[in-house]
Amino acid sequence: MSVLVGFNTRLVVQGMSGAAGAFHAKQMVEYGTNVVAGVTPGKGGTKVEGLEKVPMYDTVAEAVEHAGANTSVIYVPPPFAADSILEAAAAGIGVIICITEGIPARDMIKVNYVLKLQYKNTVLIGPNCPGVITPGQCKVGIMPGYIHKPGGVGVVSRSGTLTYEVVGQLTKLGLGQSTAIGIGGDPVKGTDFIDAITWFNEDPGTSAIFMIGEIGGDSEERAAAFIKANVKKPVAAFIGGQTAPPGKRMGHAGAIISGGKGGAADKKPRCATRTSRSRRRRPRWARRSRASSDEVGEAYESGFRRSG
Amino acid sequence: MKIHEYQGKQLLQKYGVPVPFGIAATSVEEALAAIPKVQETAGTPGVMVKAQIHAGGRGQGGGVKFSKDKAAAEANVKAIFGMQLVTPQTGPEGKKVQRLLIEQGLAIEKEFYLGMLLDRTTARVTVMASTEGGMDIEEVAAKHPEKILKHAIDPATGWQDWQSRILAKQLGMSSKVGNELAKFLRTLTRAYDELDCSLLEINPMITTKDGKVMALDAKVNFDDNAMFRHKDFEALVDPSEEDPRETEAKKWDLSYIALSGNIGCMVNGAGLAMSTMDIINFYGGLAANFLDVGGGATTEKVTAAFKIITSDPDVKAIFVNIFGGIMKCDTIAAVREVGLKLPLVVRLEGTNVELGKKMLAESGLDIVAAADMADGAQKVVAAAKGAR
Repeated sequence: MSVLVGFNTRLVVQGMSGAAGAFHAKQMVEYGTNVVAGVTPGKGGTKVEGLEKVPMYDTVAEAVEHAGANTSVIYVPPPFAADSILEAAAAGIGVIICITEGIPARDMIKVNYVLKLQYKNTVLIGPNCPGVITPGQCKVGIMPGYIHKPGGVGVVSRSGTLTYEVVGQLTKLGLGQSTAIGIGGDPVKGTDFIDAITWFNEDPGTSAIFMIGEIGGDSEERAAAFIKANVKKPVAAFIGGQTAPPGKRMGHAGAIISGGKGGAADKKPRCATRTSRSRRRRPRWARRSRASSDEVGEAYESGFRRSG
Repeated sequence: MKIHEYQGKQLLQKYGVPVPFGIAATSVEEALAAIPKVQETAGTPGVMVKAQIHAGGRGQGGGVKFSKDKAAAEANVKAIFGMQLVTPQTGPEGKKVQRLLIEQGLAIEKEFYLGMLLDRTTARVTVMASTEGGMDIEEVAAKHPEKILKHAIDPATGWQDWQSRILAKQLGMSSKVGNELAKFLRTLTRAYDELDCSLLEINPMITTKDGKVMALDAKVNFDDNAMFRHKDFEALVDPSEEDPRETEAKKWDLSYIALSGNIGCMVNGAGLAMSTMDIINFYGGLAANFLDVGGGATTEKVTAAFKIITSDPDVKAIFVNIFGGIMKCDTIAAVREVGLKLPLVVRLEGTNVELGKKMLAESGLDIVAAADMADGAQKVVAAAKGAR
């Protein structure tokens, strides 16, 4: 009924004694997430205020051994985040969700290389992402839980608050989500659109997919080609940054139009025409040369409701 | 982060990358004094005078000139220093030249393009090379993509000499020059890695008549995320190249980019900020800026953001679009602090949204509340038009 996280998730919070780690660990516990351990090097055996029931360890390996952790979320500052990701992978964690923003590309190139080579079954989400939520079951990350609602739409996004905006609109329209995955705004990341779309395509609990992209890179273009070739479920897409000027980094390290590539104008026709199924079912979105996120909700309503 | 050509060359030289002998100057006097020193050190009379601005295409705008002797070099220094240099990347207003690089002229045999950057698709740093050196490489990429050779760097081993040998054959170099290229790329790829570059462009990379490989130009950009490892790079920033509002925003950890419209925006999150610009555009307005206040904004941060937005004289109305609900009180306090005179449209979504709206309504401030993003965009576009 979901992908990546759910009732079976046993979460370790890396960096739980820090301000962000502690705050979001409490929020996750409140949402119902099974937080089984916290890790901060040097803080093993101590307690974090408000999280007295969650044991603290020095290493992720101990959290796996003693608390049975199978999923990790990382709130560690950028200079130490690459180390934290690799530590989790080496400890046998299956799903690593890295929230940290600002990790150098050099570090992530190496992390990505080692994961692909040595830890083929480990999934990394992020970095620089809001996390993953399966509404009603498990929230791992920093997103506001209450805007979500259990349902059938799989959401995958490169953005944070834009994802909240879209999820909020879907919920208002009565369209719940199976799982919402924030893959993050960095140029080098663990999971890309194609991976997430593959999981949603195979997930019986997901009946439709919403992809939220932005300028920079060619992930959306590649995803569109993949969807056309492989995906039978309806897919809607939205690209942010249509009015962004070239050569300027728009907040996200990955969001820059460079070398004449990565602009919304490059992405939109491909997303609109190659995902022929979604074009047929979402006439309003496809017909317009400019789509706003408000219309995305309407597009969804007119498209999926009619098709479903 | 971007730096000047002469700064880039100084850094590359530390790694052993061969560059022409040159002296940087920040005044006409310094530049004139540098000419005989360069001639003497190089042992040749030819001198290059190169304008130091961050934008590319300097040669096309007349900012890079070869001078065959001292008199010609002096004339070129006087002509280029202080000129308003217009290139395809500066915009029509151009950029005032306040720094020059005086460099030895070289007997060039052939020019090549050499670039290094991250290829996101493969998640590898990639070396790109072309025989079409000195040209606008984006034009080459568009017209003759087959002329751009690409070789990825393995993250475990780094760049290897055998890759240089293959590349040398592809570029039509002799065996001897091929060995020089291997030396050149060994140092250059190490510099890219250790300096945490995001772009390293040598255009042109040249071979000289005596068989050497050299970097005639150097464009070095750094990964902003890695600056905690390179505190010394702060000294390389040229404030005259930065938008003062963008510099001020950086101090407050705000992500601000000046744009050409008249609607100021304050948004949390980069994706939502971009989409806010888009939706303003959709309803017939134009954003004056991109501004991401990020998470956990304080009153001080929001106040700084308002000050930066309103320091742009073009701004006629402001749209605050916040999804997260953590900034209600801060927004009100900041508006009071700044004494905002412009029409302000606020859209807040998140926890206790009703309470937030009530607080805005009771604050006594002239704030237009918006029900959602589309409503807010329409209201702010109308407000900006009314104010004009």
